Amino acid sequence: MMKGIKKIKKSTRSNIITYGIVVLFFIIVQFLVMTGRMSSSLRGQLVPIAAYIVMAVSLNLTVGILGELSLGHAGFMSVGAFSGVIVASTLQDQITNAPLRLAVSMLIGGILAAIVGVIVGVPALRLRGDYLAIVTLAFGEIIKNIVNVIYVGFDSNGLQMGLNSAKSIQLEDGGKMVLNGPMGAVGINRISTVTAGFVLIIITLIIVLNLMHSRSGRAIMAVRDNRIAAESVGISVTKYKLMAFVISAALAGFAGALYALNFSTVVAKKFDFNTSILVLVFVVLGGIGNIRGSIIAAAVLTVLPELLRQFNDYRMLIYAIILILIMIATNNEKIKNFINKIGFMLDLKTKNNVNKGGTAK
Amino acid sequence: MDFILHLINGISLGSIYAIIALGYTMVYGIAKMLNFAHGDVIMVGGYISFVVTANLGLPPAVAIVAAVAVCTALGVIIEKLAYKPLRAAPSLAVLITAIGVSYFLQNAALLIWSSNPKSYSSMFSFEPLRLFNNRLSITSVTIVTVVTGIVVMAALTLIISKTKMGKAMRAVSEDKDAAQLMGIGVNKTISITFAIGSGLAAIAGVLLASAYPIIMPTMGSMPGIKAFTAAVFGGIGSVPGAMLGGILLGVIEIIGRAYISSELSDAIVFSVLIIVLLVKPTGLLGKKINEKV
Amino acid sequence: MKKYRFQLVALALIVSIFTLAACGGGTVTTTTAAPTDSGAETTAPADNGDAEGKAIKIGGIGPLTGAAAVYGTAVYNGSKIALEEINALGDLQFELNFQDDEHDGEKAVNAYNTLKDWGMQILNGTVTTTPANSVTPESFADRIFALTPSASSPTVVEGKDNVFQLCFSDDNQGIAAAQYIADKNLGEKIAIIYNNADAYSTGIYEKFASEATAKGLEIVSTTTFTDDTNDFNVQLTEAKNAGADLLFLPIYYQPASLILSQSKAMEYSPKIFGVDGMDGILTLENFDTTLAEGVMLLTPFVADAKDERTKAFVSKYQEQFNEIPNQFAADGYDVMYALYEASKKAGVTAEMTAEEINDKLIEVFTSADFSVDGLTGAAMTWSESGEVSKQPKGMVIEDGAYVGMD
Repeated sequence: MMKGIKKIKKSTRSNIITYGIVVLFFIIVQFLVMTGRMSSSLRGQLVPIAAYIVMAVSLNLTVGILGELSLGHAGFMSVGAFSGVIVASTLQDQITNAPLRLAVSMLIGGILAAIVGVIVGVPALRLRGDYLAIVTLAFGEIIKNIVNVIYVGFDSNGLQMGLNSAKSIQLEDGGKMVLNGPMGAVGINRISTVTAGFVLIIITLIIVLNLMHSRSGRAIMAVRDNRIAAESVGISVTKYKLMAFVISAALAGFAGALYALNFSTVVAKKFDFNTSILVLVFVVLGGIGNIRGSIIAAAVLTVLPELLRQFNDYRMLIYAIILILIMIATNNEKIKNFINKIGFMLDLKTKNNVNKGGTAK
Repeated sequence: MDFILHLINGISLGSIYAIIALGYTMVYGIAKMLNFAHGDVIMVGGYISFVVTANLGLPPAVAIVAAVAVCTALGVIIEKLAYKPLRAAPSLAVLITAIGVSYFLQNAALLIWSSNPKSYSSMFSFEPLRLFNNRLSITSVTIVTVVTGIVVMAALTLIISKTKMGKAMRAVSEDKDAAQLMGIGVNKTISITFAIGSGLAAIAGVLLASAYPIIMPTMGSMPGIKAFTAAVFGGIGSVPGAMLGGILLGVIEIIGRAYISSELSDAIVFSVLIIVLLVKPTGLLGKKINEKV
Repeated sequence: MKKYRFQLVALALIVSIFTLAACGGGTVTTTTAAPTDSGAETTAPADNGDAEGKAIKIGGIGPLTGAAAVYGTAVYNGSKIALEEINALGDLQFELNFQDDEHDGEKAVNAYNTLKDWGMQILNGTVTTTPANSVTPESFADRIFALTPSASSPTVVEGKDNVFQLCFSDDNQGIAAAQYIADKNLGEKIAIIYNNADAYSTGIYEKFASEATAKGLEIVSTTTFTDDTNDFNVQLTEAKNAGADLLFLPIYYQPASLILSQSKAMEYSPKIFGVDGMDGILTLENFDTTLAEGVMLLTPFVADAKDERTKAFVSKYQEQFNEIPNQFAADGYDVMYALYEASKKAGVTAEMTAEEINDKLIEVFTSADFSVDGLTGAAMTWSESGEVSKQPKGMVIEDGAYVGMD
């Protein structure tokens, strides 16, 4: 039996562990919720954690697998969030089954995010490194600015959209404003559930892990490692770059819809540069290119500020210090060697892997 | 006449962006890192000069010197504590650390100076320059800002091209290992770069607060992002590029707000940026990157 | 394997978090659970020493960090002063636990849930509108009574029978400002500059614009800005060119102070009319008050009012926090007193559940004979919809101080 497991390809084994962790946590969470042993505070964070995990995994696809820095990932989340909210409130009467309505909203949110991904990706991916990063940052700010001036409402005549002022659309009696400029969407019917979050994480993992180990995935990594060499063996650089970027955008769109439909209100300001950076922190902390790391880092770092509430005024200061210390501890050669030495004493196996190293960027 | 007025305002705002962007670009060129905490050093500069003038009652000149001194020291300390241990780490790890430093500075300022904003008295209060029978007046801050921007750019260009230190900087920027082999103190060079960059941030802080006289712990973040954009716009790593990028960004922002839409002024700025980068992929004055096979 | 070492540590950490939290949750949901109450340990800002389970637990939510920290901190500080006074009176004992929401809907819900775990019986919050829009539906569903000090959008109270506002709603303020300007003939041609990325500012603007048109006022220029905007020359130039003689600024005092200094620099001096967010401009540290000379505003609170209560509050506030209180601090103070008066009237005790308190407080707040005298208004009463009714005071700034206009 043990031998059987060892025979499985290393990557497959790693994937099974990743799925295993997610499933195990879901079961523990379900158990705690059902037996009423979970605090409201933690229970309230479960869906956002799921959304952030999907955000982190999808950004890792761009940053780790494709090797391009994106500073506007929250922009795609925003597209998914607001289109998801609009779809969910429009279909409120047509689809009475909430999970189905959620699924449809998420799907449409993801598709729209993917379309925006193509629009941004085609020009942006021609650029390199920090220039690409700044274009994604710019795009995130543009989305935020535009959503702030959009007003959407619907009545028996269907959806209506206006710019700059609520007065720009005339609704019949009984009509409802869905998106209210800077006020964002208010009075959202909360239909996201922890189970939906879990399903989305699993779907995301299936998509990303399979992509990584597929022919296309190897092509994407080849482009990352050496673009010119990849091109010279006939790999279409543009195609594979765009493929990874658009899948990443679509997943962020799903996450956005899940996130937005978990709260009564959502505003454009939420999906700004800071949120993009937050997700990037998850990715880097979890290990660039390391999907399992992204999952854990997203969960831990979402819960961490809540655990620090007892420090009151010093909360965010301590969060900042922890962030800096973790980055130094996990990346400084001396400290790493020190940890490895301890590890060596504890576990001889470590030695074989010391030289594996991280994916350089 | 309005157009000229808007243009002047744009150049004034842009000069502040430019001075911030110069700091970004210096650090990027030599240490190859995006120092996202740069914007918050600006905030510290603003607060220090405020404390010296408003609370201690000392003259503006002392305040500017104090702000520059404190920020320079702060820059060097940050570099020693947070960035130096990561010299060999992937650049993204350094980027995240810089973000940690940014959070740290903002929240420390919140604790020290409280969340209440403070009104800043301009450090430069001579009479505005009046032209065309009073139809056009240029404020003292605008004049000082533009002049400072040009002086700083010229000084940096001179330092980099003429002095021994500048030579060392260029060498480190070109190839860290080779520079080390030639006997250049890489750590020392990077420290000095951070000192200069943070000193510039202090000057930018004083100018920003003088031009827009309100200071709060988050005042540095948006100008920081805009200036980073400006640095990339002009070609990151290039000193004249940062200057040009900064001024253009300021002008586009003001002109876009005046003649296209005040609701969408940020979207306009960033759209222009994207279009420019598509035409010139390494920024206006950026070096073309030759890829090695 | 070294990369995974960190993950193992992280994994261990998160497992311990879950276990820890699970214990905390146990004490809330099952009454017989373990004595280790880790849930309550995380509630540091308890401001009452002699509580011992007899105090009514009031939760507060507002931004204490981030760009909006000034509002949350002010409400918190004002509430603390009221808390001390109320507890010293001896009728009822209150305990206040104030949590940071960073002016973010998600963090606000987290703060709310943390307070729920603590055993909150009444909510003082939230301070700002977006967090309120995400928290009040929760408190509505959980049947926890909420009185918000300053979340002024009508959406905050809409459709929720147990959510009340202590501040004017944005709609009312916009309408009141337009009526005031029209009635007093303050201006012929009006220019408006508002923040189109801010719900408060946009809300007031929309109502003001339609009411002003209805009153026959002419709006000659409408321009906007977004958060982090520093330069208002474009907006001011447009207003100047349109020949506006009155500038209506439905915005907070920080951008307003920039507008004042920039309009002076371009030698444009229209009459200026502000809203309650403008309060605070005179107490802005180091502000040159001559810039604000002649500025008019409708505000429920002024820090240099001459009545005894305001004077006592201001001096206490200065003593404790070294700052002059703004409108938000007064709102926080008034919320605590409104809750105190209502609790006393309804006979609320600390032993009651949140839901029992909720039902009693709704009854009192909507009853015709309940009114509260506060710093931000005398004889404040509430409608069924949750909106407050009080008189805004028209003020004009003369020689660096507020003077009543009526």
